[in-house]
Amino acid sequence: MNFPILSSLILLPTVGALFLFFTKDKEGNNSTAKYVALFTTIVNFLISIYLWISFDQSTSNFQFVEDRTWIEGFINYKVGVDGISILFIILTTFITPLCIISVNNSVKNRLRDFLIAILIMESFMIGVFCALDLVVFYLFFEAGLIPMFLIIGIWGGPKRVYSAFKFFLYTLLGSVLMLVAIISIYWIAGTTDVIQLYELGIDSKYQNLLWLAFFSSFAVKTPMWPVHTWLPDAHVEAPTAGSVLLAAILLKMAGYGFIRFSLGLFPVASEVFTPLIYTLSVIAIIFTSFIALMQEDMKKLIAYSSVAHMGFVTLGIFTLQQQGIEGSIIQMISHGLVSAALFLCVGVVYDRMHSRMIHSYGGIVSIIPKYSILFMLFTLAALGLPGTSGFIGEFLILMGAFKDNFLVAVIASLGVILGAAYMLWLYKRVVFGKLVNEDLKKMFDLNRSEYLILSCLAVPTLFFGFYPDPLINTIEVSVTDLINMHNINIASK
Amino acid sequence: MENLNLVLPEIFISLSIMFLLVLGVFKKNSSKITFNLSLFAILITGIITINETFSVSRETLFNESVVIDTMSSLMKIITLIGGFLVLVISSSYLKIFKIYNIEYPVLILSSILGMMVMISSNDLIVFYMGLELQSLALYVLATYNRDQLKSSEAGLKYFVLSALSSGLLLYGCSLVYGFSGSTNFDIISNQLNSNEYVLTFGIVFILVGLAFKISAVPFHMWAPDVYEGSPTTVTLFFTMVPKIAALTVFIRFLYVPFLNLIDQWQMIIIFLSIASMVFGAVAAIGQTNIKRLIAYSSIGHIGYTLAGLATASNEGIQSSIIYISIYVVMNLALFSCLLMLRRKDQYYEDIEDLSGLSKNHPLLSLCLLLILFSLAGIPPLAGFFAKFYVFKAVLEQSMFFLAIVGLLSTVVAAFYYLRIIKIIYFDKEKDKYDTDHSLWLKFSLTVSTILILLYFIFPSQLIEVVSRINII
Repeated sequence: MNFPILSSLILLPTVGALFLFFTKDKEGNNSTAKYVALFTTIVNFLISIYLWISFDQSTSNFQFVEDRTWIEGFINYKVGVDGISILFIILTTFITPLCIISVNNSVKNRLRDFLIAILIMESFMIGVFCALDLVVFYLFFEAGLIPMFLIIGIWGGPKRVYSAFKFFLYTLLGSVLMLVAIISIYWIAGTTDVIQLYELGIDSKYQNLLWLAFFSSFAVKTPMWPVHTWLPDAHVEAPTAGSVLLAAILLKMAGYGFIRFSLGLFPVASEVFTPLIYTLSVIAIIFTSFIALMQEDMKKLIAYSSVAHMGFVTLGIFTLQQQGIEGSIIQMISHGLVSAALFLCVGVVYDRMHSRMIHSYGGIVSIIPKYSILFMLFTLAALGLPGTSGFIGEFLILMGAFKDNFLVAVIASLGVILGAAYMLWLYKRVVFGKLVNEDLKKMFDLNRSEYLILSCLAVPTLFFGFYPDPLINTIEVSVTDLINMHNINIASK
Repeated sequence: MENLNLVLPEIFISLSIMFLLVLGVFKKNSSKITFNLSLFAILITGIITINETFSVSRETLFNESVVIDTMSSLMKIITLIGGFLVLVISSSYLKIFKIYNIEYPVLILSSILGMMVMISSNDLIVFYMGLELQSLALYVLATYNRDQLKSSEAGLKYFVLSALSSGLLLYGCSLVYGFSGSTNFDIISNQLNSNEYVLTFGIVFILVGLAFKISAVPFHMWAPDVYEGSPTTVTLFFTMVPKIAALTVFIRFLYVPFLNLIDQWQMIIIFLSIASMVFGAVAAIGQTNIKRLIAYSSIGHIGYTLAGLATASNEGIQSSIIYISIYVVMNLALFSCLLMLRRKDQYYEDIEDLSGLSKNHPLLSLCLLLILFSLAGIPPLAGFFAKFYVFKAVLEQSMFFLAIVGLLSTVVAAFYYLRIIKIIYFDKEKDKYDTDHSLWLKFSLTVSTILILLYFIFPSQLIEVVSRINII
């Protein structure tokens, strides 16, 4: 047996958290705790990069698989990665250290506890993306609620209690049905091992109900219209680092779940329910874009734009075309980078002015030019300008959609225009225009750590915008194989 | 000649009770020594139980009126552990209320004896004898803090309602006896095949009586009042130990004498289960007293345990036993925390008293956080696995309605657990509590919290032990 690299990826942040737990919590600027957390996450990031380098792109088999008996004769602790999941793991390990750097200004009290929560959260998130057993997946998927609930509830804004409860209960409500489905799968197929289930297949007469049960969980988490209402609340109230984790990674769990479980395990049902997903996705894209246009609160606007972007993702996944699914994955990665950056951008001005309202800004371009440039870049990436990673994702999704359903694709394309509208309008109102608010003049430009974080996010956004090959090469074989498997399953039914 | 070794634990514990009573009469100020000796007695009883009976797969004694099998041994051990821990963390609480007397350990021991008899019973009369022995001891325990109005009220309420339920139970037993001509479970099992509706009455009466003892909805009315009024350590005892014994008897009744009548009782159990899960979750939301809240939450948890029993399968029974074992640990942890909320010889039991606890007592709040999330059934804590096994068994029988209602009520229940967490972590802090707790209290909190937290690493051990229980 080789070195258990995935388990160490999962465990390392927890070990770091344990270490922090036993250090003394100092009031005020607790830089030691921060360095410990940062060190842990950076080591984790390096490990994940090593994982990507040694990852074999020519096969769709799961790699680095670890299989241990966990509950005798029932569940095995099984983890592994393929082309689809590896990118999400790297996204997670990449975003988390940036979150930790960003806590400087936003978290004032109990910094150590905050870092512990973030580290534990990282463990669970990585676990979700490499679990190859449904129960293990569920475990990680649900366990993430605990740290996130605390992050929103303890360090959040004025309405944090309401938001934390809403987040927790919504997600839990969706997930319990998935638990019923997972246990049912065990009794139907005799195993919860994903690889074996791929081979065995699940009897098509059960698939519809099971698909719906999984859907209830993923739809809440994605979030799809009409169960998206927890997201704006959670985003607005969460501290910056929490919003970043939520937008960049937590939402991707659902998209990943759709690809890995809904498509992989229930091919027949996926075909049946495609119209449902199309309808909900298109509504999400158009409807939430309009809502985003109306928002006064920057964080809320970006939250609604996340819903719209995730609408593209679900649309792309269920086109069941090579381009659609690849586009969805790239869109998720890109959205992970861009939404994280946008939330951080909002965080930057919020730390200085303590307001998230759009109308309290305006004309800041002359005061903080560096910030304005980077904010511009991410705004353009969010609306999918060619040359940014956002473009690649949206373009591929729409290409897949046109192949599958012309009407849906046309309506979704309208969403791209709306996306440009609300993002540019946001940018215009915040950055350009007349400087009305005199207090804004006291603002100072990006400090070193903010500059570092935002440029770390800007580099991959631009790089993958011009040269998406590394991403596409990684996922291509796995996606092709997924679609082939899907088609074989459909044909045999 | 019967193999008396098998009932040695019961014999030993009865002898200890008599000895301790005599000691209490002749020696003055003997509270401390009685406490220590009764702890010692429980310990020895536990060792005897493990030594003599744990390897026995099934033996009957005294004209088949007592049965020793894996389930009885396991449940006796859990009972003894529960009793031991209750006793061990009681003393500082009792001292503060000046009720640190010899009666307390003796009563606990007697109720444990009653429960052990119940657990091993294979005969209606033996069963009833055990039941009454434990109940009588529990009535007195509920009123133990007799200077407080609430405690006396709790004891009286418990006595009246429990006597009523015992009456129903006895009436049910007599009906069953009338139909089968025997009080022995095995013989009843062979005789009862008919679908006489009067017999159904008998079963219903017995089930009602038992449901009362485990406080399943709609026979739960006594629980919140009694739990609130009794001294906290007694409440802890109520929520843990009698439930284990009553559950065992429940299993025994359903799967030995009434096995052939599954069609008649399965619906009843499913109803009890669903009603308890839903009611327990909904009613707890409005509570302000922690002990009342725990009462409602324990009603909900009993609902999950019954869901396992409703499946009429070995997996179901095993899952129920796993559930109750994990529940006992969680309860112990929760009460240990509750007993730490003390400021200058006064205990606090309102939820509001927990406000902002995390600022002054980070470790205690962390324990509470884990315990509450575990009670809510959030992975990877032990409470999740308890629910997981139950629903696995329920879904094996394709009882989807039961499973979905149960899981949805966990979401409702999560709300009130979250509310406590919110109060602990998100609200403004109050004054500090005392931190000079007894070593045993700290020990029980630490160990039970670690068990809850790390159960997921070694989930197989418990299953292995429990999977030896094969009733059907």
